[in-house]
Amino acid sequence: MAYEVVIGVEVHAQLRTQSKLFCACGTTFGLTANSQTCPVCLGLPGTLPVINEKAVEMAVRAGLAMNGTIGVRNRFARKNYFYPDLPKGYQISQYEAPICEHGWIEIAAGGSRKRVRIRRAHLEEDAGKNLHEAGSGMSLVDLNRAGTPLLEIVTEPDLSSSEEVVAYLKSLRDLLMYLDVCDGNMEEGSFRCEPNLSLRPAGQTTFGTKVELKNINSFKFVKDAVDYEIKRQTKVLNEGGKIYQETRLWNHERGETAVMRSKEEAHDYRYFPDPDLVPMEISSEWIEQLREGLPELASTKQQRFITEYGVPEYDAGILTSSKALAVYFEACVTLYPQPKTVSNWVMGELLRELNNSGTEADASPVTPERLVELLTLVDQGVISLKVARDIFPDVYASGKAPAQIVQEKGLTQVSDEGALATMIDEVLKKNPAQVGQFKEGKQQVLGFLVGQVMKASGGKANPGKVNELLKKALAG
Amino acid sequence: MSLTLLHKLTLSELQRKFTAGDVTATEIVRAYFLRVAQVEPKVNAYLTQCKDAALAQAERLDQALKGWRKTTPMMAMPLAVKDNICTEGVRTTCASRMLDTFVPPYDATVVAKLRAQSYLLLGKTNLDEFAMGSSTENSAFGASRNPWNIQTVPGGSSGGSAVAVAADECVAALGSDTGGSIRQPAAFCGVVGLKPTYGRVSRYGLVAFASSLDQIGPITKDVTDAALLLGAIAGHDPRDSTSANVPVPDYLKALKRKDLKRLKVGVPAEYFADGLDPEVDQAVRTAIEGLRELGADIREIKLPTTDAAVATYYVIATAEASSNLARYDGVKFGLRAAESKDLLDMYLKTRAEGFGPEVKRRIMLGTYVLSAGYYDAYYGKAQAVRTLIRQEFEAAFQTVDLIVTPVTPTTAFKFGEKAQDPLQMYLSDIYTISANLAGLPAIALPCGFSKAGLPIGFQLIGRPFEEETLLRGAHAYEQATNWRAKRPAIR
Repeated sequence: MAYEVVIGVEVHAQLRTQSKLFCACGTTFGLTANSQTCPVCLGLPGTLPVINEKAVEMAVRAGLAMNGTIGVRNRFARKNYFYPDLPKGYQISQYEAPICEHGWIEIAAGGSRKRVRIRRAHLEEDAGKNLHEAGSGMSLVDLNRAGTPLLEIVTEPDLSSSEEVVAYLKSLRDLLMYLDVCDGNMEEGSFRCEPNLSLRPAGQTTFGTKVELKNINSFKFVKDAVDYEIKRQTKVLNEGGKIYQETRLWNHERGETAVMRSKEEAHDYRYFPDPDLVPMEISSEWIEQLREGLPELASTKQQRFITEYGVPEYDAGILTSSKALAVYFEACVTLYPQPKTVSNWVMGELLRELNNSGTEADASPVTPERLVELLTLVDQGVISLKVARDIFPDVYASGKAPAQIVQEKGLTQVSDEGALATMIDEVLKKNPAQVGQFKEGKQQVLGFLVGQVMKASGGKANPGKVNELLKKALAG
Repeated sequence: MSLTLLHKLTLSELQRKFTAGDVTATEIVRAYFLRVAQVEPKVNAYLTQCKDAALAQAERLDQALKGWRKTTPMMAMPLAVKDNICTEGVRTTCASRMLDTFVPPYDATVVAKLRAQSYLLLGKTNLDEFAMGSSTENSAFGASRNPWNIQTVPGGSSGGSAVAVAADECVAALGSDTGGSIRQPAAFCGVVGLKPTYGRVSRYGLVAFASSLDQIGPITKDVTDAALLLGAIAGHDPRDSTSANVPVPDYLKALKRKDLKRLKVGVPAEYFADGLDPEVDQAVRTAIEGLRELGADIREIKLPTTDAAVATYYVIATAEASSNLARYDGVKFGLRAAESKDLLDMYLKTRAEGFGPEVKRRIMLGTYVLSAGYYDAYYGKAQAVRTLIRQEFEAAFQTVDLIVTPVTPTTAFKFGEKAQDPLQMYLSDIYTISANLAGLPAIALPCGFSKAGLPIGFQLIGRPFEEETLLRGAHAYEQATNWRAKRPAIR
């Protein structure tokens, strides 16, 4: 039977605040266990939470960027459950009144664009971490992360394939990084995703039984886990089996999912409004102020690059994939108004070096000014395009001006007719057969001969000049 | 003056003596610990005494003050603090085995404020475990005894603080009030107890029982002292989101007027119904006549939802408590049961050993009322009734400035009399609970004695943040009567 796949996604994005959601402790990743704690985030008796306004601001900005409605009257709720990494025995979250509802973001999937609806996004505090010491029979608790602000973002079940899930997650992650509210680091857990998925016979309108997937920390695993789960559920249903409502863990080593807990084992979290935190009013003035301050988002920017600079959609997509790269591109174009040339260089040479060294464009040793200088050297005929490409890694690694590198390496283009004529004579002497072929009318051979001259010059010969002089010599 | 008489002074009297240089901080500490040594074995007010630290602090103060006297109001004032209010470096047990060894690394905001004024902490006082109870019989470390008759309970949960004040073991004390825990023991022990408006005093560092109801307040020998101590602890605290950013007036100014002219005082019939002991009824009615003689315009008012207050309270308070007490899990601080098989076993054993029966009862009740399927019927409904109660008070305060009621249905009862019947025990808070549900300030002060010689108190309830009106009414009544002249013999 043909099944339709229905997928929704829950994302926990860590907000990039300096301090935790309800106390002044820092949020740096990877510090000595429990060094980033205080009586409040340790849940010591008598301590009280106080909301971090910066986290609220970030959540509102994210909500606005997701085209959502911002909750004017926010209430925090306690989610009650016992676990050693949860110091108070409850997590402060939002239940009935989330900070954002009814949003959407657009994704590119299968050559077309699709709108994914965001049901809600709410603020909550993170838990700590339990560390299980192998062989010691002991578990240790690190509460550095306890109280770190998270934005939980939940979609409607609008996705229907692993590709769409990945496209959605990439768009969402780009958006949050664009806003500078999340660093998007999946390995460190700053951007965690939990897809939930059900199958139903094609055409059926009611939903099938939903399975939630956890323990996924890369886009590749998202795709693998969703594909595996679609296959698994299809097989079960085809064999007349039943899907159980449960949470399953992705095991990337085995490439399969396994049951973590069933619906019956699910907690009754006994949510109720947290009496320690008064209802939080978000004024419409503040919302409008934050809306006006939103940066241009990736999708808008991509469209603008296409219309304003005339670059292809593909180029525009890559150039706007990070805010820093887009800024870099526009800085170059301002100095050097040939967008397609700049685009080729940014997507090619620059991105290669940036990726190799794991650097963001705003930290590139080759500044937009330097790149434009290099392009200008080509335009002025000082160096050839090939030399420019060849020396780019050196310019990148050394941080020196391109002109300086050209000079140091003696790479200035040879356009002097006398010097070129000597090289051409030698090449013609060495390749009598090709010369013969050319004279018999085989025009293609010219390219070979030009190449030989270029080679003889160590790439420094001006190719236009070589072409011209070579034609003259062959005609002679 | 003779050291042996120092402990009889009120806070305002002792302040004057100390400021005038008639007595040193060291003398104060010595005098009080002399008194504590005499009576403490009979009344058991303290869980922890801080004699050495208080002496050292007093000596430092005396040294620093040599030659000049620039004092803060609470400087060298010997106070006791209920043991559910955190004191840096001094163990804070909540009268629970769970926190037997817990030493907070921080001061509650109220304590920090007093410390900044160089007060003297004499010790931490007994209470019902986690402030859950009305007699201190739920203390894991033994009950306190009423100085007026040590066969009777002192009331609770701030029983230790009320006893310490009544028995002159401190000049004044801090208590906490969730459903009457300051006012009921104050009435039982013949002292003054003030529960401020919710949000008037910071809760930071008060170990939470029911966060939306808890409030710290003074227990003192007279109304002037209540005004002084309230002034020292009140005010907005950025560390407590529920504390109100409302300026703190000079409460002493409220005491200047000696009459109650043009003050409208409401008497709710619902507070004088079945279950009220005739002796208490009579004493409170006489007090109301006293208010009338002082010029108050006494009016009958209606608070029809009063009969639902106790039920409402026990749903909301237990719901919040079940969550507030989840942190006592044996993981990070306090008791951890020895020898557990696994995590669940550790939780179960720790909580089974660490909590007493009343705390367990309330955690179970609270967990139940928040459970899926019951939330709307219990917690949701209770919140709706709470709103109704608050609205009834708002309506009443359209026509009156103060409301006068009894504090307790009876005078102090005997040990064991209600301990086996939680419902009877819960009903002893019937007149105090509504002020907590509505977030209103209320004061309990003495208005007579029963034939058996036990104190009787009455209660004034005011509008939010109008503690001044409350203090004015209470002070005028106190000045016109002389109940404080009679002191307990303690035998």
